[in-house]
Amino acid sequence: MAEVMVVTSGKGGVGKTTSTAALGAALAQAGQNVAVVDFDVGLRNLDLIMGAERRVVYDLINVANGEARLNQALIRDKRIDTLYLLPASQTRDKDALTEEGVKRVIDELRGRFDWIICDSPAGIERGAQLAMRFADLAVVIANPEVSSVRDSDRIIGLLDAKTLRAENGETMEKHLLLTRYDAQRAGRGEMLSVEDVLEILSIPLLGIIPESDEVLRASNVGSPVTLNNAQSAPARAYLDAAKRLRGEDVPMIIPSQKKGLLDRLFARRAA
Amino acid sequence: MNIFSLFGRKTTAPVARERLQILLSHERTTNCNADLIALLQKEVLAALAKHIDVDPSKVQIKMERREDVSLLEIDVEIPTPKPDKKPAPVAAKVSVRTSRRAGQAA
Ligand SMILES: Nc1ncnc2c1ncn2[C@@H]1O[C@H](COP(=O)(O)OP(=O)(O)OP(=O)(O)O)[C@@H](O)[C@H]1O
Ligand SMILES: [Mg+2]
Repeated sequence: MAEVMVVTSGKGGVGKTTSTAALGAALAQAGQNVAVVDFDVGLRNLDLIMGAERRVVYDLINVANGEARLNQALIRDKRIDTLYLLPASQTRDKDALTEEGVKRVIDELRGRFDWIICDSPAGIERGAQLAMRFADLAVVIANPEVSSVRDSDRIIGLLDAKTLRAENGETMEKHLLLTRYDAQRAGRGEMLSVEDVLEILSIPLLGIIPESDEVLRASNVGSPVTLNNAQSAPARAYLDAAKRLRGEDVPMIIPSQKKGLLDRLFARRAA
Repeated sequence: MNIFSLFGRKTTAPVARERLQILLSHERTTNCNADLIALLQKEVLAALAKHIDVDPSKVQIKMERREDVSLLEIDVEIPTPKPDKKPAPVAAKVSVRTSRRAGQAA
């Protein structure tokens, strides 16, 4: 059974594309057949993060509108042969994408892959709604910061109202992926903690991705962070999250602050 | 009190959490259900109008999203009948609990 998973957030720049690439690669590394689909029409970036930007010929809109076959548009990853990318169009307008067209593409992808991961554009408008429309489950990306959490709450509302599953009265499975988590700042009470965000959004936690330079490094060379440096902290967090998506029970490690001298001296009083 | 207050630095995360909780509990009642509320308002009014004379502004519909369920509240205010008129019900309050999903999807 194929799973269609949307990676969404409302707010821009919180880590949707990074997470789509990392989770897609992690699932494919585990032997699953994975297609990552870029829904960010006009602002495509998933190709760049996956290191496939020079291999794009056809895109999602071409396939949705019947101008190209799926096979012609899918780009196979050079490192993992069960990982494919369906890029977004860079030149077309986002209105060139129709719901019927998207449905046809998703249906065809369902026949070929175990996981279809849809990288949503930012916002709550049509583009974001199309990306979530046919999803079976959602990964809601949030940063521990007020505006991101507020937008995530809006997106959760949309997932429960505007998806096909919701309209059919079925459950929309939702998972929270907390990204760019800075344990030190959370520990100092400068940033919302994991507990704060969970309490406010009340959807199950899929993982906590620490803020890390490894993410930037991986994007520089066009490689999902789980492939570029599998031992790094963000890669391990994404690999664990991918295992949880497959139903494995992996203990959640809340990144702890590295304690400085002062913190250690005052540890007792701070507690 | 923690060590940071010793240096005159206040922790701001608790403020953020509190502001979010207040804001979101409000937004959850308005944003997501605006369409549904408008529709219910229209249909409830129509249903009531068949049987009683009711002022549209006295019919209030609210939807509140909670952790596991949504609370749909329909408040209908009806003027107490004068003795010489036909008796009518005084006020009605209907509360319906739905699952959060069903509540929003409807
Ligand atoms: N865990 C992390 N640590 C450090 N930087 C990160 C992390 N996750 C994402 N970033 C950086 O944040 C920026 C935005 O990431 P990304 O493009 O994945 O977000 P997005 O949600 O897809 O944005 P958009 O809404 O524009 O599509 C990038 O520069 C990325 O390198
Ligand atoms: Mg993106």
